[in-house]
Amino acid sequence: MRPSTIIYALTLAFLLAAPAIGLYPVFMMKLLCFAMFACGFNLLLGYAGMLSFGHAAYFGFAAYITGWFATALGWPTMLSVVVGVLASALLGLVIGALAIRRSGIYFAMITLALGQLVYFICLQAPFTGGENGIQGVPRGSLFGVIGLQSDITMYYFVLVMFVAVFLFIQRIVHSPFGQVLKAIRENEPRAISLGYDVNRFKLLAFVLSSAIAGLAGSLKCLTLGLATLSDVLQWTSGEVVLMTLLGGTGTFLGPVVGAGVVVTLQEYLSDIVGAWVTVIIGAIFVACVLAFRKGLVGEIEAWQQRRVARRAGAAVKPEAAPEASAATR
Amino acid sequence: MTTIFGLPVSVILGQLMLGLVNGSFYALLSLGLAVIFGLLGVVNFAHGAMYMLGAYAAYIALSVFGINYWAGLIVAPLVLAILGIIIERLMLTRIYKLDQLYSFLLTFGLALIAEGLMRQQFGSSGQSYPVPAALQGVYNLGFMFLPVYRAWVIVASLTICFVTWFTIERTSLGATLRAATENASLVQAFGVNVPVIVMLTYGAGTALAALAGVLAAPVVQVNALMGSSIVIVVFAVVVIGGMGSILGSIVSGVGLGLIEGFTKVLYPEASNIVVFVIMALVLIWRPQGLFGKS
Repeated sequence: MRPSTIIYALTLAFLLAAPAIGLYPVFMMKLLCFAMFACGFNLLLGYAGMLSFGHAAYFGFAAYITGWFATALGWPTMLSVVVGVLASALLGLVIGALAIRRSGIYFAMITLALGQLVYFICLQAPFTGGENGIQGVPRGSLFGVIGLQSDITMYYFVLVMFVAVFLFIQRIVHSPFGQVLKAIRENEPRAISLGYDVNRFKLLAFVLSSAIAGLAGSLKCLTLGLATLSDVLQWTSGEVVLMTLLGGTGTFLGPVVGAGVVVTLQEYLSDIVGAWVTVIIGAIFVACVLAFRKGLVGEIEAWQQRRVARRAGAAVKPEAAPEASAATR
Repeated sequence: MTTIFGLPVSVILGQLMLGLVNGSFYALLSLGLAVIFGLLGVVNFAHGAMYMLGAYAAYIALSVFGINYWAGLIVAPLVLAILGIIIERLMLTRIYKLDQLYSFLLTFGLALIAEGLMRQQFGSSGQSYPVPAALQGVYNLGFMFLPVYRAWVIVASLTICFVTWFTIERTSLGATLRAATENASLVQAFGVNVPVIVMLTYGAGTALAALAGVLAAPVVQVNALMGSSIVIVVFAVVVIGGMGSILGSIVSGVGLGLIEGFTKVLYPEASNIVVFVIMALVLIWRPQGLFGKS
């Protein structure tokens, strides 16, 4: 078996056993939702090389839509989630179509600004409940059969969705579509000269990424029973960037690890240190950029790559290895 | 009384004047961003934080050391310029060779640190900074009342913008700076110490942001979040204007402030978002920005 298969199996076993070994299910669900959010974000940054700084917009908007359909309109759970995901995909389509007109740093600034636009819309729109948000969102049941009131049942539902999304992303990255995305990341003019309609690929990646962010937001809304302004805040957009960067951009497990670290830090530190959490998160950001840009998982992969190369006696340059390892695994 | 759109003219003019004040801040901030981006290739996310720290520096100078407003106008930018230079030397120099996105993320982290520290120290509620005695009161223009301080902010900001534009476009120092933007290694070969110029430019850019912060201190509540809300609008202004041009950032800063003020009169609900909507329209019509070169 390949080492990566063993690691996936161990991670899955841990997630399956989490409620049994005494981890608080609501905390674990929150963690999984953010992990899914970060995985979707990583699809865009890690594989297509596009830094969106307004991803909270899709996460939060889907949460509002799902919350509103489930609460005010009384729609069944699954349908509300589907509507939430569709809404965020549509939002992603509109914002993506505008943002891909510029690339690089401008793309980041445009997505940030349009994310702020969505924030103000959510603040003022009649259905979002303004400063209060939407509260008391019912979890309902799956297809009217399996009730989701129990935290344990809900946890396994979220876990199934998370695994599905994780496999879906792997499928995308390894598909011809994913290969084209990587080609665009590495050398956009060359991809154009090969005859690819680069903008269509970028836009599709953007929409997929926003839809996954939306699913994560919808599930978080059901888990906690509320949709609030903090989900659409610029701060949340920054958080998901940090999770991906800290865990390892362009690695499959990186965003999951990053989300685990950041959510755990916030959960336990905010009680102890208060506003210092912002300072600590900021410091981690600075440290990531200055000291380990490959992230936790990326560094481990690079280290392993070097070891394999050394053992084989091959003249693989260590600088060239990590990128390749992230892309091929 | 004369009315336009069913509103008294004095109300409209009042809002436009407020818009002009905001526009002056946008202009000052986007100017600093443009100067830093031009030479360093860094989109300085910490620019809003520097604006916020400038306001706090003036507040601390007054309340702790008894340094008055006029001295604060010099002291706060100086202190922040030194901080900026330290940041440039310790951190930014290490990542110039990397993708620009890294400096964006680094400065975002720095902004979070600054914001968290100030919130820890002063709490979330704002501190008020008194309007200096010489600038209190209002002018009666006959058709409207104009607070003296606001008039001062507009005049001072536009003067600073003009001086910056003049320095960059019309002096030999500016010529060196522009040459270094075009081709740093060639300028270095002519015996100019480019790394020092780069360092001082970042310092000057942060000083401009701090100066905007001191000017803003008496008109807004000095609080930890004042930077992060304005910096996003300034990014939108920069996308609209195109980051390459100094004059473009001044014009679009002031112009968008005015439009924002006008929207407050016509349709107040949209005043928060009008800049972003305009950005979206500009992206459709002229993606490189109004004054940008494609």
